[in-house]
Amino acid sequence: MTAAISHQKFSLARIRAISSNTFLELVRQKVFSFMILFAAVGIGASFVASSWNFREQFQVVKDVSLGAMSVFSWLLATLATAIVIPKDIEERTLYTILAKPVSRLEYLLGKLFGVLALLLVGIGLMSAFFAIVLYARGYLAIAETRGSYPPGPELDAAIAYVKASAFDYRLIPAVLVIFTKVAVCASLTLMISSFSTSWIFTVMISTVIYIIGHVQPIAREYWLNQAPMSAHPSPLTKLFLGFVSIIFPDFQMFNVVDEIVVGNSVPTSMFLESFGMGFGYIFIFTLIGYIFFSNREL
Amino acid sequence: MKARILAFIILAVFGIIRLPIEANLESRQRELHYHGAKLTLDTRQRLGQMGFVAALSGFRALVADVLWMESHSAWERTEWGRMKVLFDTVTALQPRNVTFWDMSAYHMGWNASVAARNNEKEPREALRIKEEREYWKLAEDFYQRGIQNNPDRAFLFEGLARLYEQKFQDHLKSSEMFDEATKRPDSMAYTHRMAAYELAKAPGKEKEAYARLKALYDKGEDEHLPTLLRLLGELEEKLNVPAKDRTYSPSSQPPN
Repeated sequence: MTAAISHQKFSLARIRAISSNTFLELVRQKVFSFMILFAAVGIGASFVASSWNFREQFQVVKDVSLGAMSVFSWLLATLATAIVIPKDIEERTLYTILAKPVSRLEYLLGKLFGVLALLLVGIGLMSAFFAIVLYARGYLAIAETRGSYPPGPELDAAIAYVKASAFDYRLIPAVLVIFTKVAVCASLTLMISSFSTSWIFTVMISTVIYIIGHVQPIAREYWLNQAPMSAHPSPLTKLFLGFVSIIFPDFQMFNVVDEIVVGNSVPTSMFLESFGMGFGYIFIFTLIGYIFFSNREL
Repeated sequence: MKARILAFIILAVFGIIRLPIEANLESRQRELHYHGAKLTLDTRQRLGQMGFVAALSGFRALVADVLWMESHSAWERTEWGRMKVLFDTVTALQPRNVTFWDMSAYHMGWNASVAARNNEKEPREALRIKEEREYWKLAEDFYQRGIQNNPDRAFLFEGLARLYEQKFQDHLKSSEMFDEATKRPDSMAYTHRMAAYELAKAPGKEKEAYARLKALYDKGEDEHLPTLLRLLGELEEKLNVPAKDRTYSPSSQPPN
């Protein structure tokens, strides 16, 4: 009685199994829980530190909270992704997995989705804490306003102004942009990790690319002669600028978050383009990671 | 080796495809006045190495906030010079944050200037007045630079208008700034009124101001505010408007 079980070359169930295991392994590492805790403390500190007028307070609470979310989720993305493959190699789990009918692509995608799930949970928790802080600060400001004005249209207008300063629905896409940015960082780190032999090397290279990614638009501007006061770089410099522009990702486009925090309007199309580009980066980095990983001798 | 070449080709092709998209996105963002932050050598000196790297790594807002908190401590110690340096750095890092520009200008124009005027260590009044005016100029500079970076926002125009009104006593400029604020969609509901009020206080602009105040008055009951009525009355006196044409009647509507 043998039933022939047909083997699927690509299975979402296998990816899900690997990603859920990766997620659990990362959650069990206390350092990541501490990182989320530090982020929560950072967000909470913004509440205590702000002793200015309510407009400044909201500004700083939003700035510091989203800043803390960016920093800690970036750290989480880079460090968590950098260790997943080396850890599996060190503990020899990788060989056990790949000895089974699991393709390297499935393995890599499973690892990436595991890290992304961790980032989603981490950013979700930080956002929830941020919302609580903002709500509490808003509640206090409204209570203060009620004490400062007699009932009437002036009070209503003042309360509406406080509410508009505190609760801004555009903070939701801002958090999504942060997630997209760190997801790109995670896929970039995974790509490096697929050929790197040490996690320290992976973290260092990923960090350097992250920093270059923020100044890449300057290189592109000069290369395409779009700089406001465009100098005329030498052919060799131009070649270098072109190389930087083409090879390195542009992380600056995700900084629309800064505009949202200061209350400036960001068109929806700009958000969509940022998300689209982010998805493109994730796809390309994962593809390159797979090319390296499939050729890697294990 | 083959994998490396293939990876490089994919990266390069993707780079060539995304380049025009990103350049276009960037130019549209510039049109909306994003990316105005200037990370110059001067900023590098003020931030220190780590701060500068953090600012370069996309954490400009966070660095600016830390410096803003530092400036708050400097204010508590009334270190005006240090505050000015910190404000310059903060606004260079976050030029799209109108609160930073406004508060920087406010501290210089109102707090530092008054402290300079009341400086007990300086017995010569002429020097105290000079220093006070210098702080007003600094406030004006903050507002003007803030406006350059945020021409789409009414808030800083309103702040500059108040500076001209309350400090420089230049009511014509104040009126012009309130007018500019009124043109922006986020202006306060009262700025159009303030522009007319300020014009009424500007010497030599009485006729123009009267026409504007009259136009406001003719808009309806909502605009018949005590200040408007008082200014109308004053201008009608100054311009010798015939009694039958006057809008303001002191017996029926006492001025505030």
